[in-house]
Amino acid sequence: MKRQKLDSMKVRGARAQQMLRGDLEGEDLEAYVEERVLLTKFHDAQNWARKNAMWPLGFGLACCAIEMITVIGSPRNDLSRFGAEVIRFTPRQADMLIISGRVSVKMAPVIRRLYDQMLEPKWVISMGACASSAGMFNNYALVAGCDKFLPVDVYVPGCPPRPEALMYGIIKLQEKVSGDEGLGWRERYQAEGTEEVA
Amino acid sequence: MADVKGASYRERERSITIDTAGDEPIIGTDVATGADLEPEHELMTINLGPHHPATHGVLRLLTTIEGETVTDIKPIIGYVHTGIEKSCEDQQYWKAITFVERMDYLSYYFNAAAFCMAVETLLEEEVPTRAQYLRVIHMELNRIASHLFWIATAALDIGAVTMLWWGCRDRDMVLDLFEMSSGQRLHTRYFQVGGVFEDIPPGFERKTREFIEAMPARLDQYSALLDRNEIWLRRNKGTGIVPVEQLLELGVTGPLLRAAGNPWDLRKAMPYSCYEDFDFRIPVGTVGDNYDRYRVRLAEVRESLKIVEQALDGLPEGPWITSNRKVALPPRHELATSMEALIHHFKLVTEGFRVPPGEAYVPIESPRGELGAHVVSDGGTRPFRAHFRDPSFTNLQATSVMSEGGMVADVIVAIASIDPVMGGVDR
Repeated sequence: MKRQKLDSMKVRGARAQQMLRGDLEGEDLEAYVEERVLLTKFHDAQNWARKNAMWPLGFGLACCAIEMITVIGSPRNDLSRFGAEVIRFTPRQADMLIISGRVSVKMAPVIRRLYDQMLEPKWVISMGACASSAGMFNNYALVAGCDKFLPVDVYVPGCPPRPEALMYGIIKLQEKVSGDEGLGWRERYQAEGTEEVA
Repeated sequence: MADVKGASYRERERSITIDTAGDEPIIGTDVATGADLEPEHELMTINLGPHHPATHGVLRLLTTIEGETVTDIKPIIGYVHTGIEKSCEDQQYWKAITFVERMDYLSYYFNAAAFCMAVETLLEEEVPTRAQYLRVIHMELNRIASHLFWIATAALDIGAVTMLWWGCRDRDMVLDLFEMSSGQRLHTRYFQVGGVFEDIPPGFERKTREFIEAMPARLDQYSALLDRNEIWLRRNKGTGIVPVEQLLELGVTGPLLRAAGNPWDLRKAMPYSCYEDFDFRIPVGTVGDNYDRYRVRLAEVRESLKIVEQALDGLPEGPWITSNRKVALPPRHELATSMEALIHHFKLVTEGFRVPPGEAYVPIESPRGELGAHVVSDGGTRPFRAHFRDPSFTNLQATSVMSEGGMVADVIVAIASIDPVMGGVDR
């Protein structure tokens, strides 16, 4: 049994050598490899994958949700170009939370719970004036900005923002993801040890 | 058996309620006879929402189920309560329009129209015919957009994902028109007290006619996709039926009432904004099930297209806003030459206009039913009270009647057929 395994490994090794050897030898072979092999850090490769497969949570609050659905659902703004068209309705499978609309005092704990249920790394886009700062509604009912109870990565202005604005926000978030070495906001803001048990 | 329906929802929301029916076991074998006991006493209370893809917003349904059958359903609202009515009391009349538009965010033109018409009633202000026609054009386009979005999301709930793309695609054409006339896609603030904000730009009519021409073929596509679709029929036919008398008792209006056979439409019943000038029909259903509601809405889109076309044909020349300088801003070019215009402009922008004391209730037919604006004035520049009878709020009462006794899957279809917009429900 052991003997067989060893033999098959030898065969595979010989094959790999042959594939690389081909007609090239020495410096030519090295140049050939350099042309075709890309060296990168593991983090960078991981972030590249992450930014191109960012699944949003299917979650809408108010007017902005309509524009969010337009971004996802309208053939004019094809969100799958950015790898973010896979809407997950459970927070456990989602990477990105788009807070689309006004956050009422009654809704804030629910959103926080949804956020806590999402797995790291996770990102939050605050869409529209209401989510970012309560917008025009300066009254008793709303939380003035969802960054009061969860960390926000990108703010998209507008009332409601145009679909193009939200797409720009998503692209900005992707740039942020690929540019940063950290996994999520905790690493970026040096906030290790603040994890709460949901 | 404990009175489950009478208990408060706080008690019942403790995830699982098991009624033991005395000391007997719930499921198992009867010791005396050896027969299997039916597990019918087991009730389970589950939460549907506030984060649930099929509740069209942040509606929470406290559902008590027995197996797959829904025995009790209670909608819990208030998750997007924005205090808009209260905020209106702090705003001058012409600034409050911006606030009321954000209530029912799929029919913003209707919110603005109801509020403006209520204020105009208090002011006894005449609205020019051109403005009335422009209002009709925009309201009917808004009705089309709203119904298209309804069919897109309601079909998505049942699994017809294609309808989402198609509905959004055609709704974008309407939003382009809104953008052309006002510069915004949503919450356009096009309607003013006394008329509309601005005349339609050149090219608007041509684009609208192109849309009217293109739309019937699109509606045929929808029909071809859904009308005889096996899944669509099985989910919709014969589900969610409520007798028309019960609907009236609950105060339900709009497509829900019309699908049950009652042709109540405020555009015909008490015409406002020159609706008596147009020739259109009110589609009604026969059975009042979810399928009828779908057909009624689709037929309403066709009727709305007819109204828009007639309004474009008969669009009269003239001013698009009242010439009363106490209510409407003077034209921009007058400010450079007329001192009086400058004073009026300054007064309107800083203080707003005063409305005589009194109260007015103006109902209009929104895509979801009777939308009424009740404005109370104490003679100042801000409304003393602005209250809205939102059709989504009233229609939502029919949820339990539609779903109780049915299956869990029918709840999703029932909610979709009501077409509640939670922004309008909670305000």
